[in-house]
Amino acid sequence: MSTKLFDLSGRIALIAGASRGIGAAIARLLAEQGAHVIVTSRKLDGCQLVVDEIRAAGHSAEAMACHIGEMEQIEAAFAQVRATHGRLDILVNNAAANPYFGHVVDTDLPAFQKTLDVNIRGYFYMSAGAIKLMREGGGGAIVNVGSVNGITPGPLQGIYSISKAAIISMTKTFAKECAGENIRVNALLPGLTKTKFAGALFTNEDVHREIMAGIPMGRHAEPGEMAGAVLYLASDAASYTTGICLTVDGGLTI
Amino acid sequence: MDSKCFDLSGRVALVTGASSGFGEHFTRVLAAAGARVVAGARREDRLHRLVDDIAAAGGAALAVAMDVTDAASVAAAFAAAEAKFGTVDLLVNNAGVAAPGTLHKTAEADWDWVVDTNLKGAWLVAAEAARRMLAARRGGAIVNIASVLGMATSRGHGVYSATKAGVIQLTKHMALELAGKNIRVNAICPGYFKTEMNDEYFDSAAGQAYIAATPGGRLGRMEEMDGPLLLLASDAGSFINGALLPVDGGHLVMSI
Repeated sequence: MSTKLFDLSGRIALIAGASRGIGAAIARLLAEQGAHVIVTSRKLDGCQLVVDEIRAAGHSAEAMACHIGEMEQIEAAFAQVRATHGRLDILVNNAAANPYFGHVVDTDLPAFQKTLDVNIRGYFYMSAGAIKLMREGGGGAIVNVGSVNGITPGPLQGIYSISKAAIISMTKTFAKECAGENIRVNALLPGLTKTKFAGALFTNEDVHREIMAGIPMGRHAEPGEMAGAVLYLASDAASYTTGICLTVDGGLTI
Repeated sequence: MDSKCFDLSGRVALVTGASSGFGEHFTRVLAAAGARVVAGARREDRLHRLVDDIAAAGGAALAVAMDVTDAASVAAAFAAAEAKFGTVDLLVNNAGVAAPGTLHKTAEADWDWVVDTNLKGAWLVAAEAARRMLAARRGGAIVNIASVLGMATSRGHGVYSATKAGVIQLTKHMALELAGKNIRVNAICPGYFKTEMNDEYFDSAAGQAYIAATPGGRLGRMEEMDGPLLLLASDAGSFINGALLPVDGGHLVMSI
């Protein structure tokens, strides 16, 4: 029963921001469950390493460069998916930007714009592009990787937290409007996870101490600990789950 | 994480309210995932077929009489479970009842019955489970079955809704208190599923009209709770703690 429940055989899954960290862990698990995963990030080289690893394990994957902060790259990515596969079943939106670390008042305009271009506009048009393909196939599932910072602002991560709050609303909005089309849209909200992306949260001792003090489980997560929840949300195991924002944070937001 | 992360082999699970509906289903799901299971309900005689079915499928199951509103009964059930299989390290706190009606017309006896079962009962059982997990110095997982009615409102369901909101806070507080001991406490918030508790309403014309107006246009199917349960129960959910997992077909993003 349980092996079938999470099975993704025959599914095409695009994972944005999958060259390392949480995205790479998600790509590995979804591929292991039988999906063909399209590993994307800004740079093809990083994607190819993950693809090689997945293939070496006997599973199916391809690499694709896509900077979701660039509209034409989003359009090109979906054109390529359509041409190659003619369908898309799963989108995991995980490619985020966090260019500014400091007091919210001092956020400079380029950092503000980049954060919104990637985290809001990028997630939005990746979702819209995916849904157009999913409609043709009769349904699909989108998992937006947000952050607990969308619920409670993270220290010195003002504009990032604001963009992550928008992802929560985006998840609910797309879920509501697409529920009748057999397209489910949910979010995963990770807490502190040991990744290169979150590097500043580990190297800045004051910030690290502040965050750790708020985690009831008293530890950070490894990237793999996010993958199980994404597999749940992406698979038929979640067939009656849409519009939810699932915290995976060791109790941080309690 | 690999595909084994949802496996429950080696675990000992106890499910309350196991004689019907969700509880009976959960017991079968946990057994199929590899756990040894203890099925609890007020009337033990109603559990024999369930236990026999699991044994016939090659699983290990035990039926225990258990009134969740009675601390002595709860303690005795856990003692029997521990004697048979060892310490319970997975609890599914599922027993629940409902008494629909407006709050100002609710009889005190109905209030007491629902609050005692859904809220006090959930606490008694979770607390007993936690004490035994702590005494055995091992981690564990507690999955409380709350409801979307603990997060939103619906006319005529005030008492039930209040108890489920209570279960949500119980979940968060126990998660906070036990996180350092590697015991995770989470809640599933089901939307509308057809169970013995509500099938009369959902078969009626009013019930059918209500279902048609929900975002998915249908009720949940029992097996659609399997994935959520296994996620929170297993190592796939190792960093999920104090979380609410709605399984409601999008009901919460509409107005209930």
